[in-house]
Amino acid sequence: MIAPLRLVANLGRHTLEAVARIGVATRFFLATLLRSGTAFRRFGLTIREIYFAGVLSLIIILVSGLFVGMVLGLQGFETLQTYGSESALGVLVALSLVRELGPVVAALLFASRAGSAITAEIGLMKATEQLAAMEMMAVDPVARVVAPRFWAGVLSMPLLAALFSAMGIFGGYLVGVVLIGVDEGSFWSQMQAQVDFEEDILNGVIKSVVFGVAVTAIALFEGYDAPPTAEGVSRATTRTVVTSSLVILALDFVLTAFMFRGVG
Amino acid sequence: MDNLVEIKNVTFGYGERPILKGINLAARRGQVVAIMGSSGCGKTTLLRLIGGQIKPDSGSVQVAGQNVSELDTDGLYELRRKMGMLFQFGALFTDMSVFDNIAFQMREHTQLPEEIIRDLVLMKLHAVGLRGAADLMPSELSGGMARRVALARSIALEPMLVMYDEPFAGLDPISLGVIGNLIRRLTDTLGLTSIVVTHDVQESLKIVDYVYFVSEGVIEAEGTAEEMRASGLPFVHQFVHGEPDGPVPFHYPARAYAEDLRLAL
Repeated sequence: MIAPLRLVANLGRHTLEAVARIGVATRFFLATLLRSGTAFRRFGLTIREIYFAGVLSLIIILVSGLFVGMVLGLQGFETLQTYGSESALGVLVALSLVRELGPVVAALLFASRAGSAITAEIGLMKATEQLAAMEMMAVDPVARVVAPRFWAGVLSMPLLAALFSAMGIFGGYLVGVVLIGVDEGSFWSQMQAQVDFEEDILNGVIKSVVFGVAVTAIALFEGYDAPPTAEGVSRATTRTVVTSSLVILALDFVLTAFMFRGVG
Repeated sequence: MDNLVEIKNVTFGYGERPILKGINLAARRGQVVAIMGSSGCGKTTLLRLIGGQIKPDSGSVQVAGQNVSELDTDGLYELRRKMGMLFQFGALFTDMSVFDNIAFQMREHTQLPEEIIRDLVLMKLHAVGLRGAADLMPSELSGGMARRVALARSIALEPMLVMYDEPFAGLDPISLGVIGNLIRRLTDTLGLTSIVVTHDVQESLKIVDYVYFVSEGVIEAEGTAEEMRASGLPFVHQFVHGEPDGPVPFHYPARAYAEDLRLAL
C-alpha cells in the first residue's frame, strides 16, 4: 500500500478501535451500576474502600487546599487592592474555591492519588489471576471488587472537594486576615452575604459528584481492561491519570456552561 | 462408567489460531486424571473450558451431566460452587490473610456463623499442614506454602471436582512431593475427582490413575500410569523420558536456517 493510503487506513483503524473501546467501557460502567447490590447490602465492603480511596487521600487534599487558599489570598489581595476593595477578599477566595478550584483541583489530585492506586490494584489482581480465581469460586468480581470501589469513589469525591474548599478558605483567611491584615469582620460577613447556597455551593457539589463518577469509572475500567503484564498495568495506570485529568477539565467546561447564568 | 467430566469432540481457537482440534476426554469420579503435554499445547485451555470461562467452538463439555456451555450465568455459578481450582501461582487474594483467603467462599456463599467458619478454616489448613500459618499474609509465604494454601482454599466448600493448573511448576523437590501426596490423599479422603494439568511427568505419574497426552490440539495417547511408562509410542517415550528432540521438535517452525542467514545455496 502506498504511504498516504496507509495513513488513512491507520487513522480508520485507530478510530474504530477507540469507538469499540468506548463501547466496552460503557458496558462495563452499566454492568457496575447493575451489580451494585452487594456494595450496599454489605456496606462494610464499600466502607473499606472509602478508607483506601478517601481517608488516605486526606493529607494531600488538605495540604494542597491550604496552599491553594493561601495563594488565592495573596493574589486576590494584590488585585483587589488596586480597586480599593480588599474587603471582598473573603468572597473572592470562597467563590473561586467552592465553584471551581475545590471540585476541579481535588478531582485532579484524587485521580492521581486514588485513581492510579485503583487501576494498579485491579490490574495486578487481574495479572495474578485473582479475578479469575474469584470467578471460578462463583463470586462475581464486578459485584465484589469493582462496585464497592466505584461507590467509595463517588461518595468520597464530594467530601474531599468540600474539605479542600474549607481548607482553602482557611488558607485565604490566614494570609488575608492574619498576615496582611484585611478586616476580619468584612472578610467573613461579605463571604456569608455573597456566597449563594444553590448557585455556588450546590453547583460545586454537583461538579464534584460528576468528577467522582468519571474518575472512579475510568480508573476501574483501565484496571479491569489492562493487559495482564507488568507493562500493561503500568500503561493502564498512566492512562488513568491522563484520561481522567482531561475528562475532568472537559466536563468542568461543559458543567460550567450549563450552570452559567448569562449576562445580567 | 461413571464420568464426572466428559469432553466430546471439542474444538477451540483464539481467532484464527486453532488450539484444540477435536478432543475427547473423560474423568471418572474419584480418580486423579492428568492432562500432560508440552507448554502451550492447550492444556490450560481445557481447564478453562471445563470451568466455563470460555466456550468451545464446537463439541460439548459436560460436568455432572450438565452441558457447561449451555448454562446461563446463574447456572454456571451454581455449578462452580461445586468446583475448586488451583491456579498456577496460587492466585491467593493478596489483600487478605491466609485465614481470610480460605474463609472467603464460606463467607460469600454460606450463612455459617463465624465460629464454625473458624473451625472449618483451621481444619482445611490442618489438612495441608499450615494451621500455624493462618495469620500470615500471602506475601509472607514461600512458593510451596502458597500453593498449599491455594489447595486448601480450592477444597474449602467440599467440591466434587478440583482442577489443578500446573501444581508442580516452580517448586523445590520437597514441596513437589508434598503437593503430589496432598492431591492424591485429598482426592481419596474427600471423594473428589481431580484433573491435573501438568508437564511434570515423573511427579504426576506417581499419583495419577489415568493420563491423557495432548499434543498440537489432539489427544496423542491415553492410558494408566503403567501403560504410559511402558508405552512404545515415540511421542510418549520422548515425553516420559524427557528427550530434547523427537516427534516434538526442538525448533519452533521457521524458514530454512541457511535462508534465514542469507547464505547462498
